[in-house]
Amino acid sequence: MSDARSRMVARAAQEIAPGMVVNLGIGLPTQVVNHLPADFPVCLHSENGLTGIGPSLPDDKADRNLIDAGGAYVSTIPGSAFFDSAVSFALVRSGRLDLTLLGAFEVASNGDLANWKIPGKFSPGAGGAIELAQKARRVVVMTTHCDRKGNPKLLEACTLPLTARGRVARIYTDMAVMDVTPDGFALRELAKGVSVAELRAATGAPVAIAHSDIATF
Amino acid sequence: MIAAIPDGATVLVGGFGVPGTPFTLLNELARQGQRDLVLVKNDANEAGMGIDHLIRNGQVRKLIVTHLGLNANAIAAMNSGALEVEFCAQGILAERIRAGGAGLGAILTDIGIDTELANGKQMVEMNGRAMLVEPALRADVALIHAAIADPFGNLAFAATARNFNPLMAMAAQRVIAEAEAVVPLGGLVPDAVETTGAFVDHIVEIKNLSQEYGIVRR
Repeated sequence: MSDARSRMVARAAQEIAPGMVVNLGIGLPTQVVNHLPADFPVCLHSENGLTGIGPSLPDDKADRNLIDAGGAYVSTIPGSAFFDSAVSFALVRSGRLDLTLLGAFEVASNGDLANWKIPGKFSPGAGGAIELAQKARRVVVMTTHCDRKGNPKLLEACTLPLTARGRVARIYTDMAVMDVTPDGFALRELAKGVSVAELRAATGAPVAIAHSDIATF
Repeated sequence: MIAAIPDGATVLVGGFGVPGTPFTLLNELARQGQRDLVLVKNDANEAGMGIDHLIRNGQVRKLIVTHLGLNANAIAAMNSGALEVEFCAQGILAERIRAGGAGLGAILTDIGIDTELANGKQMVEMNGRAMLVEPALRADVALIHAAIADPFGNLAFAATARNFNPLMAMAAQRVIAEAEAVVPLGGLVPDAVETTGAFVDHIVEIKNLSQEYGIVRR
């Protein structure tokens, strides 16, 4: 992983406050746990029926009946609980999930999120992503700032099928931390070595800058 | 028991990934070759495992599923038109099955509004909010995997192998459960029972767990 990307993951870990119930999406968001102190009091939720996800286990230590929603062999910790799929999403839809960190194909400056389908190329189904994005109390996106071809993923409007409308509150990328405000994207922090001009060139929508001394990460 | 499944049946299949997938029952269904099946499952397993055998055999007419990203064969069958796929949000699939099991006709939810999943669905206003009508799902047969069963059909599940199993065990005319162990009546204390045997028609003890139940090495 590039240095900027690992700093993004470390920075995003600060989203997680003690006592939260949190769901981490597959990919970059899952790596956030590596940046939390040991015994940090957080309850990690997995869609397949687990609160209190413990550390991942190697194959020779794994329990064949104990995976996370991404299929990784995980463990329990003191206080873990198992439940069925209806209970798992009751927790999500009823507002008990404080935070979800999700990946994205596109995020719009009004908070729209597209992360489940690229028509004609990628359509494996949304799994639980729509409920997470529509109902978590806070929805935060972690993504590379641009796609592999260098095209902006942060846009004025999503072009891909939506996962949820107007729900993204904050975005962590390898270039910046930005909030979604009623007036669009607002810059909060810049990655080291990235200029405002570079950020604006790589973003497909206007970026507001509230003050001149922008912190770096 | 699997022989009682006719061509064209709608079949609920437990499991989320490997845990809770009734591989033994599915392998028998693949061997018998019933066709034109409608399967309802969280995912399409992985290529070469579980319901993938049925998809490869051309036994599946339609798959109602939340995600099939780990099975390239299922994606290819979907893209070629050989397999009809209906995607459902994961928790809504769970609630549609639970509603079917509870004798209800439908649920109302705002999940999927503003997305493609709302296309073609009836909308109503409830308490001033727009809601989609999601019909209850009830099937001819449910194929369930449990950790422990007793002769009455009481079931206990392991870790994340419960997932859709306790819900599906309520939502079919004929409920067939495979279990890793069948204990005598009284061998399961009432507090350990998650599905009462009143819902379960048939129990199959798995004598030897096949390799499919084991750790998937990636």
